[in-house]
Amino acid sequence: MSSITTILLIPGLPLLAFLMLGIFGNSSSWLKNLAGIIATTFMAISCLLSVQTAINYFVTADLAEKGFAPIILFKYNWLSFGSGVSIDMGALLDPISAMMLVVVTFISLMVHVFSLGYMKGEERFATYYAFLGLFTFSMLGLILSSNIFQIYIFWELVGVSSFLLIGYYFAKPSAVAAAKKAFIVTRFADLGFLIGILTLGFYGESFDFQTLIQRFTDHQSPQFLAISAASFMGITALSWGLMLVFMGGAGKSAMFPLHIWLPDAMEGPTPVSALIHAATMVVAGVYLVARLFPIFAISDQAALDVVAFIGILSALFAAIIAFTQTDIKRVLAFSTMSQIGFMMFALGVSNYGGENGAGFSASLFHLFTHAFFKSLLFLGAGAIIHMVHSNNMDDMGGLRKHMPITHISFLIACLAISGIPPFAGFFSKEAILHAAHASSPITYYLALFTSMLTAFYMFRLYFNIFWSSEAKPMHNAHGEGTWSMKIPLIILGLLSIVVGFIPFSHYVSSDGKSLETHLDLMFSILPVSLAAAGILFAAYLYKNKNEKPAQIAQNLGGIFSLVKQKFYIDEIYLFITHKIIFNLIGRPAAWIDKHIVDGFYTLTATTTEEFSSTIKGWQSGNLQSYALYFLASVLGLAILIIYALI
Amino acid sequence: MNLLILLIIPFLTAIGILAVNGLKQVRTVAFIGSMIQLCLSFYLLNQYHIAKELGDASLMLFEQNYPWFPSMGVYFHIGVDGISISMIILTALVVVAGVLVSYGMEQLHKEFFFLLILLSLGAYGFFISLDLFTLFFFLEVAVIPKFLLIGIWGSGPKERSAMKLALMLMGGSAMIFIGLIGVYFYSNEVGARTFDMLALAKNGISKEAQLFFFPFAFAGFGAFTALFPFHTWVPDGHSSAPTAASMFLAGISMKLGGYGCLRVATFLMPQAAEYYAPVIILLATIAIIYGAFATMMQTDLKYINAYSSISHCGFVLLGIGMLTKVSITGAVMQMVSHGLMTALFFAAIGMMYSRTHTRLVAQLGGLLKVMPFISSIFIIAGLCSLGLPGFSGFVSEMTIFVGAWQNPNIWYRLATILSCASIVVTAVYILRAAGSSVMGPIKDNHFLKLEDALWNEKLAAVVLLSGIVVIGIAPFLLTDLLSPGTDIIMEQLLK
Amino acid sequence: MPIGLTHVIILSTALFFIGVYGFFTRRNLITILMSIELMLNSVNINFVAFNKYLYPQNIDGIFFSIFIITIAAAEAAVAIAIIINLYRSHNSIDVEEANEMKY
Repeated sequence: MSSITTILLIPGLPLLAFLMLGIFGNSSSWLKNLAGIIATTFMAISCLLSVQTAINYFVTADLAEKGFAPIILFKYNWLSFGSGVSIDMGALLDPISAMMLVVVTFISLMVHVFSLGYMKGEERFATYYAFLGLFTFSMLGLILSSNIFQIYIFWELVGVSSFLLIGYYFAKPSAVAAAKKAFIVTRFADLGFLIGILTLGFYGESFDFQTLIQRFTDHQSPQFLAISAASFMGITALSWGLMLVFMGGAGKSAMFPLHIWLPDAMEGPTPVSALIHAATMVVAGVYLVARLFPIFAISDQAALDVVAFIGILSALFAAIIAFTQTDIKRVLAFSTMSQIGFMMFALGVSNYGGENGAGFSASLFHLFTHAFFKSLLFLGAGAIIHMVHSNNMDDMGGLRKHMPITHISFLIACLAISGIPPFAGFFSKEAILHAAHASSPITYYLALFTSMLTAFYMFRLYFNIFWSSEAKPMHNAHGEGTWSMKIPLIILGLLSIVVGFIPFSHYVSSDGKSLETHLDLMFSILPVSLAAAGILFAAYLYKNKNEKPAQIAQNLGGIFSLVKQKFYIDEIYLFITHKIIFNLIGRPAAWIDKHIVDGFYTLTATTTEEFSSTIKGWQSGNLQSYALYFLASVLGLAILIIYALI
Repeated sequence: MNLLILLIIPFLTAIGILAVNGLKQVRTVAFIGSMIQLCLSFYLLNQYHIAKELGDASLMLFEQNYPWFPSMGVYFHIGVDGISISMIILTALVVVAGVLVSYGMEQLHKEFFFLLILLSLGAYGFFISLDLFTLFFFLEVAVIPKFLLIGIWGSGPKERSAMKLALMLMGGSAMIFIGLIGVYFYSNEVGARTFDMLALAKNGISKEAQLFFFPFAFAGFGAFTALFPFHTWVPDGHSSAPTAASMFLAGISMKLGGYGCLRVATFLMPQAAEYYAPVIILLATIAIIYGAFATMMQTDLKYINAYSSISHCGFVLLGIGMLTKVSITGAVMQMVSHGLMTALFFAAIGMMYSRTHTRLVAQLGGLLKVMPFISSIFIIAGLCSLGLPGFSGFVSEMTIFVGAWQNPNIWYRLATILSCASIVVTAVYILRAAGSSVMGPIKDNHFLKLEDALWNEKLAAVVLLSGIVVIGIAPFLLTDLLSPGTDIIMEQLLK
Repeated sequence: MPIGLTHVIILSTALFFIGVYGFFTRRNLITILMSIELMLNSVNINFVAFNKYLYPQNIDGIFFSIFIITIAAAEAAVAIAIIINLYRSHNSIDVEEANEMKY
């Protein structure tokens, strides 16, 4: 099979599933019953093809010595704007896209399998799989994009798939509201993205990624000189372009302050949260920065500092809030935000080329391992919610007896995310902390602190669910869930142990040339011991049910409630949108249109009416008035003629 | 290909409607006539491509010229280029969909379909005219049927809306007429005066006359296209109209204005267009942003769509105002895309209204469960409106933005940024409308008994949707069609 | 003092405007008719005066005034017929009662 066919099939199969199940899924009954099987089969084929492509690229393409160069598999001129500027539909295969292909298709396959059991019995079963297919197609298209406008197209499609999936239970007003919020917040971020694209495209005279990178990293090229010369309010057009594009990425990746949609997005079905809001869509922002990384690192260090700052700020912010949440999905959502903050921040402290680019590899390594253990955590949460029928931690406890498989896999994932060796998260976190240490001490200490917090709140979650109080007798007889729900948990659990051992920077690095990975055991002692300390403290507080957490919460008083309310950021947004934008801009606009602009026309109409009724009065029917007008006119004419005015 | 057949078919359909009796027969005649017209328009597209491939490089193809009042320089001159053909296909698609959606029109059905076909005749004639008098003639053919359609078959304050629409459009026509007369008298021609557009473009018009008459012509056509501040007939007019009339009004009638702005005002008076460009851009940006914000506050679905049309047609005017080849191409693409999209939206709203008898968002809810097809069409039309890739709205809006960004002037950039910002506001109001009316819990238990779309309504939706999706997925088809046409206009501007 | 043209013109003008005044202010239709007759007769005086003083050798003015007398008589007859019909429908010959031909 030629590489073009393969690369077209990989996103094409999920798209086919979407079209088939979306159009005919609810009307044809045999299609409805088989919907899950069909979608899962297509996804499995797509996953196999992705793995094959990745292996071809990394292993057999013989590029290891020269460095993994990007390959353009095809390019089609889709919408031309003249003089070489156009939106081309193309497929770009390079280390990060090959890696992401495997991640996205694999996690999507796990979610497809899990949903066979989780979503069984849903009325709109086929539609669910159709939307999953649409999402996977869009995400794969996003990864393979070779043109910045093309990535924007798939960016929007991913946003709409997310809207459809979060709003899947559309009869629930909270789900509809969450879906709207997600779409609108990311749309706002996409506005920045669009303006950034326009700026970069105008000065770079192209929308193609490779062309833009080549032009903007060559400090002698006419395009670079033009974009550095143009400035607005003291900031160069290049910085504006990069910052605005980052704004788009920050929105999709739920970075502060565009993060408000992520906790609410948990209204969607839990497998959806595992796929979209843990492993794939939310890392799109990191992927975008990684795509444009050469420009960031070589030509605009200040922009990269902003990326790092936002990254570490979001990581810390989310970690603090995760302490106080009692809804298990919300804890996981904030945990995701925190981990993505790590990824962003690792990109931000990295430089380009060779050893300096270690942060780049570390960030993408963490993206890779995080996909596995975070989706495992969410799927586990799904199994738990399926059993307990509640999202709240307070309704759970002692579940280790009832759900052994879930328990073990959840524990593995928690250990991985806390960075305990030999699980996957340890290796990726080490790499990030190493890169931070090399760049600046203060970022290193902040990152270290955040890691410790991560271990603490994750194990708070773990102990509250599986230990804490003794298990209540379970009324529901369906137990831990069907085999379709258990298999993904087992597979992901095993992978969370194993994938850390892949020598990632050998394959993925900032300039494509392999980096040697080395493990600095002395360096790792401090982070691991801090993480262990966090775990022990969580065990002390939460392993058995006691009054200490409540007492601490009470002692912290106002601070605790401030954090629990997520720093009131949601309320601030609501205030700005409802009170300010709606009331000060929307309502006046509608009022002005109806009363002033339209009022002007109504005024002309009423004036005409008034004038016409005045003149109407001259037709009085009164003989003598008519005669008077007649006489007056005759006299007037006579005077005019006699005195030769006419 | 003989272009007269594009006018004869609707004429014969209209006669045929008058000849038969009974709702079923009348609507079948109308449907067959409009389908023949649709096939003809695709045939025309095919002939156009063949002719272009054979190397025909003339400005306008399939020209025909008949003397009408030769002493005044009035000829019946018709011909097409890429821009006209795209508008003709748009009209054909919307008319077919409109006829299908009106299959249930019981009240005075014969007159209704007759007027609808007459409207389409006016539109077809307008798009193929190459003589100013002929153009104006067909423009006026379309006004009175609109008045009757809204006034008799409409809903709500229909008489008042119909009157307002008719008077404001006639005011626009009056201004257009002043512009045309100015062009006629002040052209730098050799020999007799003429109304012929191609000759006028070639000879040019004196600059002072251009500066005086351009505002009249542009504002007059702008009144048709909801140029701020001549747009206030749109909300009441569209909302009180019956579904097919709304589809036609928003889908085609507003494009008559845009086409006129481009072909008459900008093509014939290019220096004035450059001079007044800042004003046009300012008014267009106001229409886009202010229209979007005003839409957010509306509570009636049809008003939401009407104000949204004001906002989207603002994009057309922005594209024309920016005067670059890419932005003008984008403007024509937006005309086609918005025409299809808003017709689809009005069709969906009309289907919902005929079943639930309410258009207020607050009273609707949970319709996705009861009427999945109609609700899905509603959501798809909404997604196209907010510029989702895969539909035509995205490609047209992006083309306009890229074209507009090519102007390095800081104020033009600011106008472009504000127009881009409207995509967020559009998302807000579309999702609010969809979320409350189609999603959410069912608010009225009577809704549970409603039935989904009938075959004619489904076909109407599919017709429009296929146009939207084809342009959205393969925009190169449309841009290649429009390219020679926009080249002609740009040539004028660069003179 | 010999009576010149001016004197006669003054007389006829005065008579004319008395007729005009009567036409505009009287309510009774018959009186209005009388005012019209007065106006016509003043014009007659004017014609005869001009004829005698300015062009004594012609008799055009005298002929014109004979025409006017004839037409005045015919018009008076028609007017009386209208007034009688008006009386029959309105039961009054007040001119302000006959104002239906208005907006």
